[in-house]
Amino acid sequence: MDPAIKSRGDIELKASPLLRSLTTSGWMLVAPFLALVVFLYLGPIANILWLSVTEPDPGLGNYAMLVENETMGRILSTTLRICLITTILSVLFGYSIAYAMVHASEGNRRRMMALLLVSFWISILVRTFSWLMLLGNRGLVNTTLQDIGVIAQPIVFMRNELGVLIGMVHYMIPYAVLPLLVSMQTLDTRVMAASRNLGASGGQTFRRIYLPLTKPGIVAAALLVFILSLGFYVTPAILGGGKVLMIAEYISVQLLITLKWGTAAMLGALMLFGVLAMLWIMSRFMSLGRVFGGAAS
Amino acid sequence: MKAGVFAVLNRWWAWLLLLFLVLPALIAIPVSLTPKRFLSMPKGEYSLRHFEKLFTSADWMSSFGQSAVIATATSLLATILGTLCAIGLWRITSRWSEVVRAFLLLPLIIPQIISAMAFYRLWIPLGLLDSYPGLILAHTILAAPMVLITVSASLANFDPRLEQASRNLGASRWTTMKRVILPSIRPGVYAGALFAFILSWDEIVVTLFISKFTVYTLPRRMWNGIRENTDPTVAAAAVVLIAVTLVAFAVSAILSRRRALSEEHA
Repeated sequence: MDPAIKSRGDIELKASPLLRSLTTSGWMLVAPFLALVVFLYLGPIANILWLSVTEPDPGLGNYAMLVENETMGRILSTTLRICLITTILSVLFGYSIAYAMVHASEGNRRRMMALLLVSFWISILVRTFSWLMLLGNRGLVNTTLQDIGVIAQPIVFMRNELGVLIGMVHYMIPYAVLPLLVSMQTLDTRVMAASRNLGASGGQTFRRIYLPLTKPGIVAAALLVFILSLGFYVTPAILGGGKVLMIAEYISVQLLITLKWGTAAMLGALMLFGVLAMLWIMSRFMSLGRVFGGAAS
Repeated sequence: MKAGVFAVLNRWWAWLLLLFLVLPALIAIPVSLTPKRFLSMPKGEYSLRHFEKLFTSADWMSSFGQSAVIATATSLLATILGTLCAIGLWRITSRWSEVVRAFLLLPLIIPQIISAMAFYRLWIPLGLLDSYPGLILAHTILAAPMVLITVSASLANFDPRLEQASRNLGASRWTTMKRVILPSIRPGVYAGALFAFILSWDEIVVTLFISKFTVYTLPRRMWNGIRENTDPTVAAAAVVLIAVTLVAFAVSAILSRRRALSEEHA
């Protein structure tokens, strides 16, 4: 036997049983990343939660702003409205894509997946830039429509909620497709065949069998998109052009310009609790590992 | 079963939606070829001047270089930490391992703006603001969960008895890791490394908060260019980024095919 191996074995034997079980069980391998996350990530997040009730004065003053301050109320309602519409449209479109993919031939499915993943991978900045070029008053969409005489005046897409919605739905659709795909692929197709054999029409089978069976996927997709939309920063900031203020951008203004840590922390805490609550609901419908595993592969 | 009218219509609609996802990004190509000095669609005349400007601009080139350094370092660190962590969690049979796993995936799902706030808050007292270590560390924490996911997926298909066999035949822990475990999860490790690289290469929200002058990554420069909305060099940079994405995508497609093959053999 290699002497190095032997001596390493000796050291293991001499160590205390607790230490030995710790070093051999795998926790040693988890420890480095776990420590990083705890100290450099969750630590400061806890600090932010603390700030939300202590800065500038101890108490719930920051949270009281939610009801007292009109701007804050408007930002919250804008954010929720945009996130809700984004979620509904993304899941609707995502359902259509996932359905077509599951029922497509092998080759077409691969081609559709490639398009989906390419769009998933293109930098958010590149995509936002493209929308800027397409949707501006002298952008490609407006000039084309004017050239062929459909409209006389350019449609205002930018610096309003319409532009933000287009950009956000475009970004979120792939995130909606992936959990839906997981849920549709694991369906037992014999159930649908049985329904047809028993005399139900295609529409009935879809409405009464397929749709309810894919409900976990729909819920997971909707929550995932909603969570991601809630904290979305890039697209609203650029396509909204300062006119459509959502929570994420407001937080950055509070931190970097007006330096109000308390307000920013309160909004951050609110967002965090919202996200964690939704994750909890989501975990009851679908294994989170599967949703994220699907998103990564 | 015969495809109904709705299924056929839906198929066309789905293809349209997929084109809607991919095609808009391509507008950067004609815009980058405009001969004008401002952002515009070229009319009949094309010029490569903005690409020339991009590749000769010290600012843009330094941003490309900085992003490459940060993304490479992030990818390396995140891959090491994430892979070790995945192997560790896979070995642990305690019920805590799933709790810890969910806990460690949090950086992926917590909104970026909150992550940005957290890093900003801590990096001030640690003196890490606007520094390479600061950005690399922050990106590593965000990217390692990706590696954890891809490596865990590979490990799910790895037979734990192979590890025992290797140990029983006298191989040390390290030899077993190097010669038995790592080779069988290699596709997952590579995929994780690639995802980590892309995450860092593209990251803007956290970067906006924790970098200022010294470190000026590519997304940061793009962000500024987009906000100013005048200089077509941004369009040229966007085209380069799309090209990089397509190459990375091709690499990942090859990796995932290899992964599928190795799983078939397992």
